[in-house]
Amino acid sequence: MTAGPAEEAPRSPEQVIRDVLADLPRHRGVVVDSPPGAGKSTLVVRAAAHLAATGEPLMIVAQTNEQVDDLISRISAGHPRLTVGRLSASGYVPPLRMLELPGVAVGTRVQDLGDPDIVIATADKWAWISGRTWPWAIVDEAYQMRSDKLLRIAGLFERALFVGDPGQLDPFSIVDGDRWSGLSWDPLQSAVSVLLRHNPDLPVHRLPVSWRLPASAAPVVSRAFYPFTGFRSGTGPGDRRLELTTGGMGTVHDRALEEAARSGWALLELPDRHTVRTDGEAVQAVALLAARLLQRGAVAGSEQGERPVTADRIAVGAAHRDQVAAIRAAGLPPEITVDTANRLQGREYDVTIVLHPLSGRRDATAFHLESGRLCVLASRHRHACVVVARAGIAELLDAHPSAETVQLGVPVKFPDGWEANQSVLDHLSAHRV
Amino acid sequence: MSLLTSLARLRALDEGVAQPIATVRHCHLSARPMVFIPLKLSGEAAAPLAAMLGTDRAAPHLLVVTQPRNRDLRFAWAAELAGLLLPYIEGFLSGTETVERRGADPYERVLDAPQLVVPNPAGVAFTRLLGRSTRFRRPDGPYPVPEGVPVLGRWLTYFAERAAYPGSSLTLAATEELGRHWASGQSGLEDANLAALTGWITDGPSDEAEDPLIWPPAGPATDPGFDAEVLAPAIESGSAERVAEALRGQLEPTWRLMWRAIDLLGALPAGAGVASRWEQDRGSFSGMAAQLAEGAPPQARRDGAIAAASRLARMERAQAAYDVQRAYDDPLVMAEHRLTGEAFAGEVVETDADRVEGEGRSRKLRPLVVIKTDDPVRLAPGTALGTPQRREQGAELMSARDGLVTVKITKGMGRSKTPAPGSVPEVGERVCYTSLTDDFKGSPGLPEAEATPWTHGGPPPEYVPADEDAVEEWS
Amino acid sequence: MNRLDVLRGTTPQKPHDARAIAALAANPGCTRRALMDGAGIDKDAAARHLGFPAPFGQSPFAITRGNVFEALVKADGCAELLRMLREVLGLPIAEVAYHDVENVGAHLRHAHTRALFDRAARDGLDAGTVYDHPLLSLEIAGHTAYLEPDVVAFQMGGRFHIVEIKSFAVIDGQADPAAVAAAARQAAVYVLALRRLLEELGHDPLRVAHDVVLVCPENFANRPVATLVDVRRQLAVLRRQLSRMTGLDGLVAELPDDLSFDLLPGEDGLPTRPAAELADALRRVTARYAPDCLSTCDLCFFCRDEARQEGASDLLGRQVRDELGGVASVAEALGLADGTRDPAEGQEEIARLLRNAERLRRECLA
Repeated sequence: MTAGPAEEAPRSPEQVIRDVLADLPRHRGVVVDSPPGAGKSTLVVRAAAHLAATGEPLMIVAQTNEQVDDLISRISAGHPRLTVGRLSASGYVPPLRMLELPGVAVGTRVQDLGDPDIVIATADKWAWISGRTWPWAIVDEAYQMRSDKLLRIAGLFERALFVGDPGQLDPFSIVDGDRWSGLSWDPLQSAVSVLLRHNPDLPVHRLPVSWRLPASAAPVVSRAFYPFTGFRSGTGPGDRRLELTTGGMGTVHDRALEEAARSGWALLELPDRHTVRTDGEAVQAVALLAARLLQRGAVAGSEQGERPVTADRIAVGAAHRDQVAAIRAAGLPPEITVDTANRLQGREYDVTIVLHPLSGRRDATAFHLESGRLCVLASRHRHACVVVARAGIAELLDAHPSAETVQLGVPVKFPDGWEANQSVLDHLSAHRV
Repeated sequence: MSLLTSLARLRALDEGVAQPIATVRHCHLSARPMVFIPLKLSGEAAAPLAAMLGTDRAAPHLLVVTQPRNRDLRFAWAAELAGLLLPYIEGFLSGTETVERRGADPYERVLDAPQLVVPNPAGVAFTRLLGRSTRFRRPDGPYPVPEGVPVLGRWLTYFAERAAYPGSSLTLAATEELGRHWASGQSGLEDANLAALTGWITDGPSDEAEDPLIWPPAGPATDPGFDAEVLAPAIESGSAERVAEALRGQLEPTWRLMWRAIDLLGALPAGAGVASRWEQDRGSFSGMAAQLAEGAPPQARRDGAIAAASRLARMERAQAAYDVQRAYDDPLVMAEHRLTGEAFAGEVVETDADRVEGEGRSRKLRPLVVIKTDDPVRLAPGTALGTPQRREQGAELMSARDGLVTVKITKGMGRSKTPAPGSVPEVGERVCYTSLTDDFKGSPGLPEAEATPWTHGGPPPEYVPADEDAVEEWS
Repeated sequence: MNRLDVLRGTTPQKPHDARAIAALAANPGCTRRALMDGAGIDKDAAARHLGFPAPFGQSPFAITRGNVFEALVKADGCAELLRMLREVLGLPIAEVAYHDVENVGAHLRHAHTRALFDRAARDGLDAGTVYDHPLLSLEIAGHTAYLEPDVVAFQMGGRFHIVEIKSFAVIDGQADPAAVAAAARQAAVYVLALRRLLEELGHDPLRVAHDVVLVCPENFANRPVATLVDVRRQLAVLRRQLSRMTGLDGLVAELPDDLSFDLLPGEDGLPTRPAAELADALRRVTARYAPDCLSTCDLCFFCRDEARQEGASDLLGRQVRDELGGVASVAEALGLADGTRDPAEGQEEIARLLRNAERLRRECLA
């Protein structure tokens, strides 16, 4: 993400979508940056229908099987007359609901699918396909896709729409990639970075409104993680409500939930202490918060009406896998999602409970400070986010040595993890319990 | 680093001697390694100053650039280096075996390959730069260099690149290999000092290791004090002998350390996967030799888009395999995974060896094994498992609670209706299972370089060696 | 009198150069270092006097090489430099003036620099100007630091660029990332100083570009090559550290009144204070030793020795220390692992992990 020129009058989401669709035939590639919950999937479905309506075949690339399945249901729901072919690896078992969708065929080879309007698969699966090209492609979650994956499939399409969220976690590798740093085709960079370095004139649009994040969260997330390309919330300050239908007992957990229900944020601060990663007290606090949230009969009110916050509408997020394992072991209802930031990318819940990546740490590493990690954790919720952390993060940030190295020819990335963490912490400190 | 290694470091610090973090050796050790200790001139990118090298610990060769700013002397030095390294390398090309391949022509693979041992990662980096500064030269044309120099450059480039390839042993950095097998009582940063690290493993720590008068740095950078007080006056004096003696004094202590490091590693038994990784090294080396023989151009300055993606895929594959092999080969490495709950070991307390699932044609043999373990298991039911005791076996975690883990065996029992003898562990046997498995399925192909797509800059211009490559200044 | 000045006593203040200012971010959590830097005490001299000389030195070959390269870049009124500026900034620089600020003599140089930059910013001179040896200044903890004039500023049309000349090589477009980072941190100091200067003079500070021009030898030759380096992140870090330095009062207020870091320099400038006494004084202020200090702080061997005597797990690195949670001492950690020590409150988990690790090590090494 780099600083763009000052924006003119903000465009409405509908205008942006129309701009994108109008740009498609004019450029070989079009990029759409979509901050958390800004209607990325809606755009993908709209664009898919728009392109399919031209009568030309379209391929869609997503990154995971879940994303593929999700897109298929959305396309099928919105445009039941479109035929969709789902390419999959041989071991893939399609969910039952998908087999029941009209116009959807599943197969491991393109030949097995008939001649559908749209063929959709993961980038990994597409990499095995050859011998045919598509006039159009849509690449979803393109910022989480490594550029070497794009290299394997770019020969399959003539033109493409790339959609994704630049603020989330960057792709990574288990090997050291320094030897490629600075190269415009560095295979470890995201597909979008490489695309834009070779094609700097391609239009980049931004979806300006988050429909997911409430008015209490959009400015916080925008300021911390999208400092140059802000966005706003689609709902106003009073539009999202979270009510706890049963009374509290005045415990810190109850008060944290009440603060979150009232303001959209809460920081449950535990005593300052350096701990192991799987800090038992913090894990316990996270589990208790989730349990209490269910017990207190939380009800979410929004433009979509009122509905109880059931376990499947709650997520618990942490930085490390061992923390996730420890939280799961603390005895949460299995319907509650507990996962790492990496795996929560692209998902949405009513309420999230987050174990702060810096909680209990004495020294922060680049991993802990990576802005995308905190961004994912702080932007999954429609109503409220409760953060559990040990006191002392401010001091930890203050004492953090800046020793990061600089590679020539690598564009600087913003936001800086330190600044983003500081910004979020500043905000949370006003909601401390 | 894992907590297990951290604990070993704490113990080392407390006891004043390094602690093992491996029970077997994870690198191949050649019977005739080429120890190579290069020194460079301070302040320059890749100006060689000296090197001590050889395969005989009693007879090191010393090569010195007695006037480091003299370009001709530098190339003469490179030619001398080529004169020693090329015969060593080419000596391995005579004995070969024919390797049959599925879907490709058979090829000749050397029976043994050379091995370059440098002191530290900085030594590898300098080897790479030496390769870069010599491989584009030409023995003919306007600025001719001695014939061996460009060939040397290509080999040095190859060895340096191979050092970055996970699990390869063609090029070893002594500090890295020692650090993979022992935990010292100092930090990883301080482990980069070869004298200090070997000290921890052998005689115990000593501040003398950091005293450049006692243990000169293992290169390629020299000690600034030595530069100022010894080397500069020696060069100034114009006496080639004085310069050579000064540098010999800097290199000899490291020479001794290098052989000590090799002895230390050599005393460990080789891990089970070492031979197969060395086989890959032999194949790679043979491929490089064939390319040279076929007159291929020198390695590119930087990888093109396709080359980069292809190399990344190979390296990731090698890294994953290396990580799994080390854990399977070495209980102490596996212990790291046991500590984090991704592996567990214990005694078999119950088995149901003839258990089947399904009916008729889909009837499958699915024995159950219950293992009692003290390890904290953090694996979800349904996780695919492997075991170092039976590498062909596939298994699946059924449940884990109260120190009892139930595992279902899914693969590796033979074709008959009952499990092949020995394929299912028996009660009383100690076994280890882990979610770490090497289930590589092959990676999809890449386009040819000429077909590089527009997203990645389109087809690159064809490489034509230019004169300017050959005459690039080396000052 | 400023309490930091009291701490320094009769020791002359060591001027901060760009390198020292850039190094403030190396270990901001270390109180000992913050106070010594804030008071302007020569840490190198102190370390020598304590018997723990810093392990840093520069080879005469490297110094010569650096000087030769800089002279080459600046030769003939910066002719080579101008060629690169044209290329890298994409400027149609037809005519360029060369202004060596050094010519006016040291005492006037700062005032002269101000006047020159003021004029350039006001008139927005179309012709480019290269200013060699400008003397810039920056406020550090209440003192004005004058920045060593080894930098060049380039102005055209009222826009300024900082030019850093370094002698490490750029090979096939790549350079040592640590060296580039150090250069970027230093250049950020100059960018900030120049921005503050323009601001004081009533000009827009953003006329100083955050892209600095890094000039290095290319490949294995002496021929220079220029690369733009974006220093926005380094600028942010620098601003943070400078504002921390102004907040040293809080740290100072907690110090005992009789604490002094005075080296008591004699007539020859060498410290005369008994080393043991100085060491005691330093130990009264907490250090935060980490092995990274070995490449960034003159006092590193002194603090490492202290950490050894305390048996601190800091010796093994930040990561090990962090992994051990709240356990700071080696003996304590091993006691928990062996089971010879009962975990204190809050140590139950790390104790369990360590005992488990110990069990596994014993099992595998039996």
